[in-house]
Amino acid sequence: MSEFLYLYRLPADSPDLPGSPRNMQQRLQKWTEWFRELEARGTLKVLGHPLQTGGAVVADGGRTVLDGPYAESKDIVLGYSVVQAKDLAEARAIAGGCPVLTYGGMVEVRPIMQM
Amino acid sequence: MTAALPDEHFFRRESGRLVSTLTRMLGVHHLALAEDAVQETLAAAVEVWAFRGLPENPSAWLMTAARNRAVSLLRRERTARRFAPEIGRQTDGVDAGPESEVAHLPPVLRDDELRMMFSCCHPEIPEDAQVALVLSLLGGFSAHEVAEAFLVSRAAMEKRISRAKKVLSGTRGLFELGARDFEARLTAVQRALYLLFNEGYHGASPEAAVRLDLCREAIRLVALLVDHPPAATPATHALAALMALDAARLPARVDDAGDLTELARQDRSRWDTRLIARGLEWLEDSARGEVVSEYHLEAAIAATHALAPTAEETPWSDIVELYDALLRLRPSPVIALNRAVALAEQLGPERGLAALRSIPGAERLAAYPFYPAALGELELRCGRVAEARKHLRAAHRLARNPAERTFLERRLVECDRRLAPAVPGPSPSPASPPRPR
Repeated sequence: MSEFLYLYRLPADSPDLPGSPRNMQQRLQKWTEWFRELEARGTLKVLGHPLQTGGAVVADGGRTVLDGPYAESKDIVLGYSVVQAKDLAEARAIAGGCPVLTYGGMVEVRPIMQM
Repeated sequence: MTAALPDEHFFRRESGRLVSTLTRMLGVHHLALAEDAVQETLAAAVEVWAFRGLPENPSAWLMTAARNRAVSLLRRERTARRFAPEIGRQTDGVDAGPESEVAHLPPVLRDDELRMMFSCCHPEIPEDAQVALVLSLLGGFSAHEVAEAFLVSRAAMEKRISRAKKVLSGTRGLFELGARDFEARLTAVQRALYLLFNEGYHGASPEAAVRLDLCREAIRLVALLVDHPPAATPATHALAALMALDAARLPARVDDAGDLTELARQDRSRWDTRLIARGLEWLEDSARGEVVSEYHLEAAIAATHALAPTAEETPWSDIVELYDALLRLRPSPVIALNRAVALAEQLGPERGLAALRSIPGAERLAAYPFYPAALGELELRCGRVAEARKHLRAAHRLARNPAERTFLERRLVECDRRLAPAVPGPSPSPASPPRPR
């Protein structure tokens, strides 16, 4: 078994916003079901956190501080989780069910290095 | 991990409450800011709740978060204003320190929603825009969803709503429930809710679910009026009664395949008995005044149907009389159409046809599929199948959604069956009477 970090990303200029309250509630429903399913399958290692927008990027030996959560990428990380899977193929397959994919987002799947 | 939300309409309902309360706190000139704050709060709730599960009291969580969000948006706006002093001078006078207000006022949610409802029905806002505004601000429907429900283009609906919002945010504040013009405004509110309900019940949107949402929202809002004594007039009770009594038939009105079923053929055991009981209670409460409004008459018609154990046992003469009274109060070709259909039940199809043909202003029904549909049904009952088919075809061309189309196709098939030799069948009943507008 290996562990994978899932980064939930959404393009910063996502045309998706603003959604109607009904859509938002449906979205919440989907996320809740997704996490519940991961938990039920025993694959959810760390639930993770949603991240606020905003923040800063510190770079260049501390001489450069950029506002905003993104350095160069055009998308925001909405949150993260850690998932257990047999291998990358399985981790990818699991990520395929993530609700963020239904509204223009993506899941970055990164194997966690085991020491 | 997570408890379920109270129901699938929770976010929409909360959106209406939050917008109303924030608008009261910040002033109507900050309507747009209040809406932004609510939008962002709901979006944040989706993320936080997805990961962390629902808070103990989701409504309270949203209210606190929305207030904080509004305050921070206000701060940002003021900072921006410092760099644009002219704009600052224009708006400073009307800005009454909302931050302290936000901190101290207890949330009187119900009153806020009522005040917002009355505010949406401002006399300078056209009736159709009032309904759209109520749906947008109180119902939490997006412009796109309202457009869908009313079969209007999204752009047109956005324009309609934004114009109405401009009028609203230009007023001095949310409508005061103790204001002198309360009664006049109440009449407008009742009318808007009536139109809202009708759009749900008889509207053109092909989505049965969308229309059901409109009916439900109208009932929720009328219940707010009923619970607020000055607004709970006999006419309000009558309006609530007619909504409940009509909505009670909804489960039987559309069958499992999504097809319309006319009143006479509905499975009455599927009618919602709880809603009927509630409607009858409201109808009783409506009888306390001197005035008989059109809502009273419509509610009485709905109650007569609700209380008839079978279609055959409907006291049609009572219904015809009620329609006559309604026509005296509000002459309208659609009501006359309904009366003619009831008359056909009472005195036979020929009398019904004669009544249909002599409707004053019938030309206004030219685009209304139920007029030729009624002509067709009654001709069919008289055995003039070719005539019937002609009218039903015309109705079919006017049908506004797949449910109406399917319904009329079934009636056309019935015509063909009658034309086929030597297969006599039972005589069908006429189309369920559409409700007057």
